[in-house]
Amino acid sequence: MNKKVTTKTSRREFILSCSKALPLTGFFFFPLSPGKSLLALESGAYDPTKHNYAMGIDIHKCIGCGRCASACKQENEVPSEPHFFRTWVERYVIEPNGEALVDSPNGGIDGFPDLDNDVEILRSFFVPKLCNHCSNAPCVQVCPVGATFTSRDGVVLVDEEYCVGCRYCIQACPYGARYLHPEKKVADKCTFCYHRITKGLIPACVEVCPTQARVFGEVGLRSSPLRRFIRFNDIVVLKASLNTKPKVYYAGADGEVR
Amino acid sequence: MESIITTVAGPLQDVTGYIYPNEFELHWELLIVLYPYLTGLVAGAFILASLERVFNVKELKPVYRLSLLSALAYLFVAPLPLLAHLGHPERSFEMFLTPHTQSAMAMFGFVYAWYLMVVLLLEIWFDYRKDMVIWSREKTGIMKYIYKILLLGAMDISKKSLLFDDKVGKFITIIGIPSAFLLHGYVGFIFGSIKANPWWSSVLMPIVFLFSAIVSGIALILVFYMITTMFRWKKLDMQCLNKLVEFLIYAMIVDFSLELLDFIQRLYESEESINILSQMISSRLFLSLIVSQIIMGGIIPLVSLVWARFGQVPNEMRRIVYFIAAVLVQVGIFSTRWNVVIGGQLFSKSLRGLTVYKIELFGLEGLLMAGFLLLLPLGILFVLTKILPPWPDAETKLEQS
Repeated sequence: MNKKVTTKTSRREFILSCSKALPLTGFFFFPLSPGKSLLALESGAYDPTKHNYAMGIDIHKCIGCGRCASACKQENEVPSEPHFFRTWVERYVIEPNGEALVDSPNGGIDGFPDLDNDVEILRSFFVPKLCNHCSNAPCVQVCPVGATFTSRDGVVLVDEEYCVGCRYCIQACPYGARYLHPEKKVADKCTFCYHRITKGLIPACVEVCPTQARVFGEVGLRSSPLRRFIRFNDIVVLKASLNTKPKVYYAGADGEVR
Repeated sequence: MESIITTVAGPLQDVTGYIYPNEFELHWELLIVLYPYLTGLVAGAFILASLERVFNVKELKPVYRLSLLSALAYLFVAPLPLLAHLGHPERSFEMFLTPHTQSAMAMFGFVYAWYLMVVLLLEIWFDYRKDMVIWSREKTGIMKYIYKILLLGAMDISKKSLLFDDKVGKFITIIGIPSAFLLHGYVGFIFGSIKANPWWSSVLMPIVFLFSAIVSGIALILVFYMITTMFRWKKLDMQCLNKLVEFLIYAMIVDFSLELLDFIQRLYESEESINILSQMISSRLFLSLIVSQIIMGGIIPLVSLVWARFGQVPNEMRRIVYFIAAVLVQVGIFSTRWNVVIGGQLFSKSLRGLTVYKIELFGLEGLLMAGFLLLLPLGILFVLTKILPPWPDAETKLEQS
């Protein structure tokens, strides 16, 4: 009986046996990576991969009534104080010398005060603003925990259960579209009324707009009203030079709008 | 023009021009000013220590250990302002568990842990090991056990093992230099990579941060060295002081030139944002940028240091000038951090208006908290020096074995 007992494992043997165990780890972690069906809101009811939402805004049609901003606050329980907005309306007054005067008292919810008589107006218009749901969103890029993300239907969302409240995304947004929710202490912003659009409804601001200055729809879908809007208007996006690839398209926006 | 401004301002009297409604609140406040200030001191103090260790600047031997311990004390405190500022501090560990790899901020935890665990703690441990072994034999009571625990059972002080300590220590310092650059350059990158903010967005940001860190670190150690030596009734090593001041002068010149370059470049490029930024500098930031950062914290100390170091000045006078200049430099660097962090939020991203920052006194982000966080490292340093005395005369001589 010359049974050889090896008590020592060489480095080579150790690594080899570890590599054998490697496929097993995949087996254990498999349940942690949910398949497509697990992620769907209701199985079969709504497929987010089939949508890519966006919005069009017709500056010529906006009358600055501020109903959109007000409806948004109600629909999404945005704090009523005047420094928290998911959407707001700006008034631009262009003087003959090309100078632009801009204001947005209470986001335009209470309307706009009369201008003084000594302000000479060359032209004037209203610009509704909201999150641009950028395809190349800087806020998504900087979020340290991935609480801000682009959903598969192209909407930039914040997971309020996950956000640590560092406010880096607020700093990174070039459009001032984000704020820190004073009670929840997390970043908050426009969701295109995600709870509505996934049920086939349109966002609250679009619903209440009396002049149809806001058009909600989908990029790349021929039957979408947005398609027609983009086709028949000269479109600009805000701060295009920053390469954020916004998905809120403005028709008739002046070069002064930023 | 005036009329529309008052209507815009309405309840917000301190706002001039137009700011986006969500910009009314400043999001990064005093605590975030502290964060780059504190990490800057860490990086600066460490780089100073590495001058002695790696580049063999023997004159700096008396402050080598003091700089390491100061770096450690400040590093302990550096993440606290970040933590206190979070909306949900209890979720902060998510940055470690599920970091978003594209985010500059997500890397903070890793850069920090690397620097603390791999660089600073290890270097200090290897540097003090011999002394700790001897102290653990000589001291009595609780201190004896503190050293025994800190030593983790590594009691060998044979010639061979001490040589090993020295080798490893040097190796860690060599790794430590790029790590210190990484630590603070990275903090600069957090700001410099925000393209939405023209005041921050600059490739020079990490480099400017780095050199201002070196400036602040050297000045801090200069102050610490002078104060601690005074309170221990010892004589200041004038050679060491002179060397410190020389390095401080070089670092200040580089730092100042870089910032000037950044300034000239912006002015010359004259981009869209230049109007609002110049307005901001001449109104909101006049005190903190022109007066505090450039004149009081830059030009005056630099000129007086050059005069005191290279002029025909008696040592007594030299020391006084060195001390006052180093304190002024601290004020200047703090203002630099202030101007970056707060300045970057005083103008609207619509580039049409300016807002103001009002410091709170109480609360997690208030003045008192900031004061506490500034004093806390001093307390930690005090405790550290009790356990690991960094003084040149405290170093043990190895008895014949």
